[in-house]
Amino acid sequence: MTAQIIGTYFVCLSLIIGSGFVLVGVIGLLKFNDPMTRLHAPTKVGTVGIGMLLIASIIHSYGMGEPSTHELLIMAFLFVTAPISANFIAKVNIHRRACETPPAPPEDDTWSTLNVPEGDVTPEETT
Amino acid sequence: MVRAFNWLIPHPLLTLILTIVWMLLQNELSAGMVVFGFILGVIIPWGTSVWWPDTPQGFRLGKMIRYSFIVIGDIIVANVQVAWIVLTVPTSKLKPSWIVVPLKLREPEAITLLAGTITLTPGTVSADLSDQGHSLLVHVLHTDNPDSVLADIKTRYEARLLEIFS
Repeated sequence: MTAQIIGTYFVCLSLIIGSGFVLVGVIGLLKFNDPMTRLHAPTKVGTVGIGMLLIASIIHSYGMGEPSTHELLIMAFLFVTAPISANFIAKVNIHRRACETPPAPPEDDTWSTLNVPEGDVTPEETT
Repeated sequence: MVRAFNWLIPHPLLTLILTIVWMLLQNELSAGMVVFGFILGVIIPWGTSVWWPDTPQGFRLGKMIRYSFIVIGDIIVANVQVAWIVLTVPTSKLKPSWIVVPLKLREPEAITLLAGTITLTPGTVSADLSDQGHSLLVHVLHTDNPDSVLADIKTRYEARLLEIFS
């Protein structure tokens, strides 16, 4: 009985912390006005925010007597895929010149997003 | 015996990970599920081996596990810092900046891991790679001293990844 009560407190605590971080992420998304700085808010929601909510779910499932480990998989796949989507959004921002132009790389010619291979011109430009 | 093992399980680590993922998906621990997971762990790497032309040669699992714990700790600390920035720093006083990280890492897998680590730790997002793969473009949310962020990335993450993939 007591273990169940302690579990409930932990579930509540995780839920509060997790939803707090999600709230801060949303505030950041609304507050900042530059597309690149806005990108920083969702990375926070994706790691600790969702992580704490999933931990709450795991503790709850054990407390209810139906242990579930799917949450660990959700976390693993989220950690693998979140950087890729953030990277794609950043690339789009650079490509559309929606942010400050980044400094040129020291060794190579240019960033791969801005690199247009020779002979790779769009049909509109040729006609 | 060793040759048979190598032929059957070309990527032991991948087989292990696939077996564990299958067990987690099934949500139960029984001998039948372990065997079925192991069969999947053998068949999937074997069937997709065409798309794994050159796997990284050196990979130190122990150091990788330590690295993941360091990164998880950093994620939690950085999250609190960024939450503080979001709540207290007004938008007009925000100092975002680009920093360029020159890379010593050469393996694509290692660079992917570094870029993923930088994005997962809030406050920094890896944006792009130069066309020959010698430097990484990172966007920082709020910093007074971009050089210290760069030194942090190089000593904390890149040096450790160099040890893991050596």
